[in-house]
Amino acid sequence: MDQREFQYMFYGLAAAWTILCLYTLFLTSRGRKIQAEIDHLKRMLESSPKK
Amino acid sequence: MRDKLIYGAGIFAALYFVRNLYVILLQLPDEALQGAVYRIFFFHLPPYFAAVACFFGAAIASGLYLKTKQWKYDVFAVSATEVGLALAAMNLVTGMIWGRQQWGIWWTWDARLTSALITWLIYLGYLMLREGIKDPSERAKNSAVLSIFALFAVYFTYKANVWYRTQHPGPVLTIRTGDAGTIDPAMQAMIYHNLGAFLLLTVALVAVRMNLEDSQRAVESLRRRAHAIA
Repeated sequence: MDQREFQYMFYGLAAAWTILCLYTLFLTSRGRKIQAEIDHLKRMLESSPKK
Repeated sequence: MRDKLIYGAGIFAALYFVRNLYVILLQLPDEALQGAVYRIFFFHLPPYFAAVACFFGAAIASGLYLKTKQWKYDVFAVSATEVGLALAAMNLVTGMIWGRQQWGIWWTWDARLTSALITWLIYLGYLMLREGIKDPSERAKNSAVLSIFALFAVYFTYKANVWYRTQHPGPVLTIRTGDAGTIDPAMQAMIYHNLGAFLLLTVALVAVRMNLEDSQRAVESLRRRAHAIA
């Protein structure tokens, strides 16, 4: 393989997987935040006096 | 059911990618004119087709939402659009890297590249529009209309390198040229194999995103209850 072609091939593949990993991490992080908020709201509703 | 789909599609996609990477990196020969860098195509074309499938699915779901007003269609539409946006970003970035090596430039404002970027921005606008509208039914209705109209941009991008002379290469796959295509059959087969892996991954990601959207709606419902009590 030519060194320069190989370098750009590596950049291309690395970029593709990086975008995929970042999006997956973004989904995971958002899922955790939403779950934390659900837990917080449920606790708040359970502890509030019933009308 | 959805969790089984996530694990099933995710595992099959991972195995398919491992197999494909082995063939791409170790079995397929270098391309005669481009050398090794042509391998970027396997992570440029398949994400594009997977993104088109997402946008098409989102438009259909949006149409069904407008007709039936059932939330499940809105949930699918926003999930497919967001995943499609990530895949389209992959398509744009890998294309730029390939272009830098082959053309000596990162970007050119030809019809194909420009329309691809505009399409990406339209779908980014779709997600921003949803963030800006608080009323759920207004949000779903307005974004459904945008999703349907945005499909014209997807079609224009698809056809841009046929309708105009572009720096971007013309169609190479058999399904578009109608004959044997202009690339080696083994390389063309690999594009379809990687498309299969990307579609499986897309199914898993859309299902994960749909779970998140359901949870987000649960949060909104709990917030309303908390607000009513306070």
